[in-house]
Amino acid sequence: MKELLLGNEAIARGAWEAGATVSTAYPGTPSTEITEELAKFSEIYCEWSPNEKVALEVALGASMGGARAICCMKHVGVNVAADPLFTAAYTGVNGGLVLIAADDPGMHSSQNEQDSRFYARSAHVPMLEPSSSEECLLFTKKAFELSENYDSPVMLRLVTRIAHARSLVQPGQREETPLKPYEKNPRKYVMMPGFARGRHVAVEAREKRLLSEISALGLNKIEWNDPSLGVICSGSAYNYVKEALPAASVLKLGLVYPLDVELIKEFAQKVEKLVVVEELEPFFEEQIKALGLPVSGKEKTGLQGELFSRKLGQLFGAEAPAGPAETPNLPQRPPVLCPGCPHRAVFHVLRKMNFVVAADIGCYTLGALPPLNAVDSVVCMGASIGMAMGLEKARGRDFAQKTVSVIGDSTFVHSGITGLIDLVYNKGNSTVIIVDNSTTGMTGHQPNPTTGQDIHFRAAPQLSLERLCEAVGVQSVKVVDPFDLAALEGILKEETAKDGPSVVIARRPCALLSREKKPPLRVKAEACIRCGACLRIGCPAISMGQGGLSIDPALCVGCGLCAGLCPKSAIEGGTL
Amino acid sequence: MSKALNLVIVGVGGQGTLLASRVLGSIAGQLGLDVKLSEVHGMSQRGGSVTTCVRMGETVHSPLVEQGGADFILAFEELEALRALPYLKKGGSVIVNTQQILPLPVIIGAEKYPEGILTRLRGECETIALDALPLATKAGNARAVNTVLLGRLAKSLPHEKALWHRALEETLPPRFLEANLKAFEAGYAL
Repeated sequence: MKELLLGNEAIARGAWEAGATVSTAYPGTPSTEITEELAKFSEIYCEWSPNEKVALEVALGASMGGARAICCMKHVGVNVAADPLFTAAYTGVNGGLVLIAADDPGMHSSQNEQDSRFYARSAHVPMLEPSSSEECLLFTKKAFELSENYDSPVMLRLVTRIAHARSLVQPGQREETPLKPYEKNPRKYVMMPGFARGRHVAVEAREKRLLSEISALGLNKIEWNDPSLGVICSGSAYNYVKEALPAASVLKLGLVYPLDVELIKEFAQKVEKLVVVEELEPFFEEQIKALGLPVSGKEKTGLQGELFSRKLGQLFGAEAPAGPAETPNLPQRPPVLCPGCPHRAVFHVLRKMNFVVAADIGCYTLGALPPLNAVDSVVCMGASIGMAMGLEKARGRDFAQKTVSVIGDSTFVHSGITGLIDLVYNKGNSTVIIVDNSTTGMTGHQPNPTTGQDIHFRAAPQLSLERLCEAVGVQSVKVVDPFDLAALEGILKEETAKDGPSVVIARRPCALLSREKKPPLRVKAEACIRCGACLRIGCPAISMGQGGLSIDPALCVGCGLCAGLCPKSAIEGGTL
Repeated sequence: MSKALNLVIVGVGGQGTLLASRVLGSIAGQLGLDVKLSEVHGMSQRGGSVTTCVRMGETVHSPLVEQGGADFILAFEELEALRALPYLKKGGSVIVNTQQILPLPVIIGAEKYPEGILTRLRGECETIALDALPLATKAGNARAVNTVLLGRLAKSLPHEKALWHRALEETLPPRFLEANLKAFEAGYAL
């Protein structure tokens, strides 16, 4: 019986059916659910790795050891894993190795919308791209086959609208794949220049072989229709094309790298007008133009964001249905820090003290939004500490006393540690605030090395942030409860004045994790002077209406942060 | 294409819009139709606007319902109903829960929550407004607002009630079933 699965769930199912026994990942939207789903299968060893580079290295080691291994990450994670990726392309595999890269056109939950297809091309590894959950399952199985047949890691690219869409899937049985024998083979796995040169030859040879056998793989297909318009597309774009241009002939590419040149030429010859419809970069278009074929695409569809059927139809002259007019100037509803969130207290203090704040990737990125407005920069995982160091080196010691970096516990372990080592080694003076909420919050509460739990929430060795920071040479490491505003402010004042780097660990568990919900707070209307001090922390439970200030009892978790800010003690019932 | 049905479910992150879409997915399964759901995970779940699309029919390609494409908008909150209005097809209906949740720009006084949302909706389309929270609470679970709305939607659709009951049984954990079936009936009775 068919099941209605998320693209991500179908990938996990495909890996299970293909007999995978090792799965590694660092969480990242829109890829996280693949690994959460894989963790439910008892036959598969699963881990949250500290970052994507380690994840891919563990998966490559598993492959070298003869197992089928899958490694999942979001698009920007591939940047972190790019180092092992480019050389894994040379070593090739023993057991099949599949790397899932989940792109996010439209940036629903990302800092950029880079196009992962270029990684496949520059590393010379095959890449598949599914259009539905059914294909997510089938292509994952196919990817393992290709990986072993062509002795190469194989990438599978997703986009948000495939990863997070549900459609019908016919699940199958698991085929156990016996562990392949392990044989020492330095010419294949020791990538020093003399051996790597030999492997580069092998990379080119296997790609040529794959191209000569490409039509037998059955991943690309032509759907003939009216030959006056021929569209080349893949993945989510295929869905939009079928919806918007039902009369067109379509060449759907399931293998997006390397390109099936002969099939593209055949298709181009038989259609009157050839266009490419692809989200983000002109990846197909430029390669097809290089074949000397007349083709267009990006001049119509542009480089940015998602395509959608309606927009596509309009671009090709179809009449688009119209709904009622949009209401202008509706208030936006951006995501917010939750009621009771410990990060809110940190940003309240940072704004009050007027610091320059180099922040990082996580829920606490939201500290940049009004009314907190407390963040100066957010770039990529772990960047905050290096950014603060650079600000100091550009603007001097005094500026470092006004600068802090803010980074979460999981992000710090991911790639903040090396930044901290730089800060110590190269004699920086800024203060690093590790906002330790004891989880990986934004992606849905995955454990990490600092939480003392593994992927199955079973006990695991717990990394001590304090001891780690001391070990890399930070002289001053302080721990504070961020809800103790006076203590937090005092420590920050002291630490930023000191010479040398300091670390302040602001530790309080994520509000969504702490099970105890205290009774909601109440406003004493007669005492409230409507000064708005409590509104400036941006808590969604507090609002000022016609009847004065009110606290929504359904949202308030009784954290008491607002009560502590009230100059008239007009908010009661809270305990800090 | 007469069996085709496109819905947009909108609300505020955390309100339970995903559950409603899964129930509709189960309905499609029972009818033997192709179906796609588009969900929102990640950043927007932190109290932001969330949109979930449900499409069913003989063959469904795109998982998204776009402007002018929805037969129904199921809105868990008034402002989100108004924001989603351009998705509605000519002749389509809005089923709206009359709850108002203030977004942060309104809370901090930077913007104003629009007035007369229901009047505006009624001027554009068939608008079914209901106060689902007391009905859900009376049924035994304040979180069953989504099932009250589904009950009202079911009344506007031709499918037999048994189909919906099965969908709820398939989708909900058994311990929540009783309250949700009551909540469904309360919505259906409106």
